[in-house]
Amino acid sequence: MSKQVTLTIDGKQVTVPEGTLVVDAAKMIGIDIPVFCHHPKLEPVGMCRMCLVELGRPMRDRNTGQFVMENGSPKIQFMPKLETACTTKVEDGLVVLTQSAKATEGQKGTLEFLLTSHPLDCPICDKGGECPLQNLTMAHGPGKSRFIYDEKKHRDKMVPLGELIYLDRERCIQCARCIRFQSEIAGDSVIGFDERGRSTQIVSFSDPGFDSVFSGNTSDICPVGALTTADFRFGARPWELEAQASICTQCPVGCNTTLNTRREAKAGGKIVVKRVMPRQNEEVNEIWLCDKGRFAYHYAEGKARLTKPQVRKDGKLTRASWEAATKLAAENFLKAKKNFVILASGRLSNEDLFNLKTLSEHSEGKAYLYSHMAGGELTSLVGVGEGTNFGKMGAGTTIVVVASNLYEEAPIWYLRVKQAAERGANLIVMNARETKLDKYASFVVRYAYGDEVKTVNDLSKKSKISDSFLKSENAVILYGSDGLGVSGSAAVASACAKLLHDNDSVGKPNNGLIGVWGRANDQGAWEMGFEVEEDLAKVLKGKAVYIVGADPVADDPKLAKALEGAEFVAVQDVMETATIEIANVVLPAQAFTEREGTLTSGERRVQRFYPAVPVTGDAKADFAITSQIARHMAVVLEGTSVSAVFDILAESVKSFEGLNYDKLAEVKPQWPIVGRGDLYYGGTTYENAQGMGVQLSAAAARGEKLSIPRVQKEAAPRPKENELLAVPVTKLYDRGTTVRPAELLHERIGDASVVLHPDAAKELGVEAGQTVNVSFNGVSGEAVVKLDDTISVGVALIPRSMGLAIREPVAVKVK
Amino acid sequence: MAHVLLRHRDIPDINKLEVYKKNGGFDAFKNAVTKMKPNEVTDVVKNSGLRGRGGAGFPTGMKWAFIDNKNWPHYVVANADESEPGTFKDREIMESNPFQFLEGVAIASYAVGATAAYVYLRGEFWQVVAFLDEKIAEMEEAGYLGKDLFGTDYSLKIYTHLGAGAYICGEETAMLESMEGKRGQPRVRPPFPPSYGLYGKPTIVNNVETLTNVPLILANGADWYKKMGTADSAGVKVFSLSGRVRKPGNYELPFGTTFRELIYTHGGGVQDSHKVKAIMPAGASSSLILVDDDKVLDTPMDYASVRTIGGDLGSASVIVVDETVSIDWLINKTMHFFKHESCGKCTTCREGTYWMSHLTERIHEGHGKPADVDLLLNVAKQMQGKCLCALGEFSTMAVVTGIERFREDFDKAVKA
Repeated sequence: MSKQVTLTIDGKQVTVPEGTLVVDAAKMIGIDIPVFCHHPKLEPVGMCRMCLVELGRPMRDRNTGQFVMENGSPKIQFMPKLETACTTKVEDGLVVLTQSAKATEGQKGTLEFLLTSHPLDCPICDKGGECPLQNLTMAHGPGKSRFIYDEKKHRDKMVPLGELIYLDRERCIQCARCIRFQSEIAGDSVIGFDERGRSTQIVSFSDPGFDSVFSGNTSDICPVGALTTADFRFGARPWELEAQASICTQCPVGCNTTLNTRREAKAGGKIVVKRVMPRQNEEVNEIWLCDKGRFAYHYAEGKARLTKPQVRKDGKLTRASWEAATKLAAENFLKAKKNFVILASGRLSNEDLFNLKTLSEHSEGKAYLYSHMAGGELTSLVGVGEGTNFGKMGAGTTIVVVASNLYEEAPIWYLRVKQAAERGANLIVMNARETKLDKYASFVVRYAYGDEVKTVNDLSKKSKISDSFLKSENAVILYGSDGLGVSGSAAVASACAKLLHDNDSVGKPNNGLIGVWGRANDQGAWEMGFEVEEDLAKVLKGKAVYIVGADPVADDPKLAKALEGAEFVAVQDVMETATIEIANVVLPAQAFTEREGTLTSGERRVQRFYPAVPVTGDAKADFAITSQIARHMAVVLEGTSVSAVFDILAESVKSFEGLNYDKLAEVKPQWPIVGRGDLYYGGTTYENAQGMGVQLSAAAARGEKLSIPRVQKEAAPRPKENELLAVPVTKLYDRGTTVRPAELLHERIGDASVVLHPDAAKELGVEAGQTVNVSFNGVSGEAVVKLDDTISVGVALIPRSMGLAIREPVAVKVK
Repeated sequence: MAHVLLRHRDIPDINKLEVYKKNGGFDAFKNAVTKMKPNEVTDVVKNSGLRGRGGAGFPTGMKWAFIDNKNWPHYVVANADESEPGTFKDREIMESNPFQFLEGVAIASYAVGATAAYVYLRGEFWQVVAFLDEKIAEMEEAGYLGKDLFGTDYSLKIYTHLGAGAYICGEETAMLESMEGKRGQPRVRPPFPPSYGLYGKPTIVNNVETLTNVPLILANGADWYKKMGTADSAGVKVFSLSGRVRKPGNYELPFGTTFRELIYTHGGGVQDSHKVKAIMPAGASSSLILVDDDKVLDTPMDYASVRTIGGDLGSASVIVVDETVSIDWLINKTMHFFKHESCGKCTTCREGTYWMSHLTERIHEGHGKPADVDLLLNVAKQMQGKCLCALGEFSTMAVVTGIERFREDFDKAVKA
């Protein structure tokens, strides 16, 4: 433990770790020193001069070095000038006065200076009501300005820094929180100051503007209304908003969020989500969100929502009662016997997946997870162990990232891994192409697509890199599916699990394997015992299929064909999809914003989400629909209470043993303190009062005997002459069902693309930006050429979910 | 008396390497590198009583001794940003006596163990940079810079670095930021450069004039140097004299010379034989010293004495103001300068200089009310002691002392 230091602030004694800043020490004992530029997550700069305090130190006798005593206690010598509490570190015996006449005068002066250039347009400002400048002015400011309005410097308003973030240059107080967040935390230095003095202004110097997937966070920590999101600006006043706790469903990180809702005329008097805000969980997302999580929530409110059950009559879908629709589905599933197949995705909650899996077990059916990535049975075997927290990793921990572009696949993990590396963790990045994380790695291993398993296995052979891994106290491996399909990722997972197991890096905190899954609750599906199938078309053809939360028809023409040949198709989803076009029964499900449930993150943390808006139409929660179908099949599944489903789940699934909704709702004190009335300090991030979740135990930690199957990777297909090896990669903003409805993101989603090596492009006679025809596996489509000189000449990268159905490496023709 | 710093005035062509050498050039550096330990060099400078000539007057040897020897490498940076209005001494030294300055840089580098030294020049000094680069190349050619100097294992390179035209880059930490390729904005101090400087490494930042003293101090000894000047302020100083004098220019004189001698004996007196009304002893950053009786002009120019008459000697850029000048005009000038040069990093200076420049302009233009003068004084005082760096503090000096000491000028301006 670090050395403790005791000081006195406004007469209160406080003992804090050495190195703590005075402003933070004060916060810990409930004393609010006003700040603007200081943010507990950022390096101190002392720019805004708001936190001026009086500082005194015990006087020492120059000759003896002893304290000079006065009335039995050390005599305090105060500094002649006020000092900034945000740049001063605590010292033993330090005396801080935050409320003295001198300190108050200094703080008041700074506020008066700030307000001379501020437009004071609070009545129309988005930040009004949750604005640090407004609040601190009320608390510390002068009542009246001595500055003549005519001499105010007028600046540009509504300046788009990018299409997501707008800047009001008049409101900006030049605290640089946004610039510092981007450079220190996000690692995307794409905004900065231009000009100087009173002309100082924020600019973005990237193309496209504000080119970072973390840009929305700057609007949270902006202490004025200078930075607003294109999504929320002029959308609502903060005091009209209700706040409900939720979990982001866009990726496996499981960021804790708050959904701000209000009833509004524009939405026909409905209660709608107005914005998604981060909710503090220092073990998951700290106080940050990526822009996809913040802006892509719109799908749940889309016009294309399914509202009523439907059954196909004379080739047309027609409205039906829940009873009739579920009964029809159940009859067909029963009739199919062994040919009953459930295809469910990781968009569903643990409870939904548990009911589905149980239904398959109590009938003669099979349950498949709709995923392009395998290996989840291994992540639940070898962990990560309970207590794993990227936020605490540093020297002594090795983090291996293999076959994953974290920045695109799970941005908050990227951010946390980057910071762990900056704290001294040994980061090994293994990928077939350059990724943003390379910059922070101790070792970068570049392999050719197809050599993933060999590269992982090399970590057990003698080398400088493997030494750094093997000798590390803790080791975590994150593996993804960059260039991999089901069989490839299964092989990589097995190689990783074996390596960790051999190295005794399993089942313990900060040890184990993490899958960088495609969906939020893929890990949950694995925990329930779902499997993935490489050749889905084969297992769907001619079967009675129950599709839940997936749109295979839109994703892949091969699957569409297989499903056309299916015996019976029931589709259960939130929205109209291409798959309902071939469905015999359509069952409308509730969006995650409308119901309660739990999700299991990639770090195997089970977290609760809560209902925020009323149910759309007659939609039901997925677990309840499944229960109703099951009843018609003489299988009894809990269908009323989601927490009761969870209780049954916890009794049946070993890793969930002992968990219940109360435990998941527990919180513990977190630092920094955010989201209370004093949002000047941490920003508009919400405090976590609704649960930080619980990490599941790994089989390795429960002392179970582990057997890790050796999975042989299938050899990659060999491209013929005039062909390239096409590999699937993941793009953050894609055309997925839960992204596309957010119009704001369309510019970032862009067109379908194919990434080539410049030499390959040259050989094909194509240039960057040119549209080419791409054909493989009987699929053919147009794509825009992009270049990357870090990939091999013989490969072509094709992003998933961008219109070209690619599930695994294939030979491709580019024309 | 022969010049110590402006030696080109006594020795023609001293800016030629051969001439400089013939006049004892580089002996001190060679002697230091071959015969002295680095800390012995520092001790000589410490004993000489040399204080920094950039304005703060910090004891140079003590600064060198502060260098953090647990953290390497070390750097030396010569501050040649000379941007203070009224200061033009470093330019003359660099243009006319360049080798003595560069030898000073070299000796300082040896004393603190730096193998790379930088000369940071203000953006307008591009011709000086070209000139210094030639001189540095000549020194390399002659074996005074480069690898394994004088047969020892000590190596040194000197580089020039041109600023981009910002006054603030004369502030040492803003200068370091600028050298690192960042915006020229000051850092919070502490930590000071001797522990956390260029690229976060221990760095000694000294003014051009300071370093130019060093070769002769080493050659002639600390006692020789201490004999000049006063007990508090040892040695000689180049006074940049400007304003309403007949012969403005640089005058190298011992510390302790009186204002009267500088202005009347050397500067030829005030133009049109007017009376001295005020003195700004340290350029635009100065307090305005009220010259209301002869005693003020007889004050010796050393750090301690100038303080007794309500000013600071600073960089000794003495601007003479006579009765033809109205102080409201003067501070309007300085305020516009500071507003223009404020880097914008801290609220106090960014907003304060902007606000004050509006007030001084309003008052000077005759649109002000008596209350505006009080407001201006109040705003200036509201800034004092609350800025991130000295620039903001300096911007208030002329305003506060101007209003407090020359109130009648302001009263006149607001009545008009």
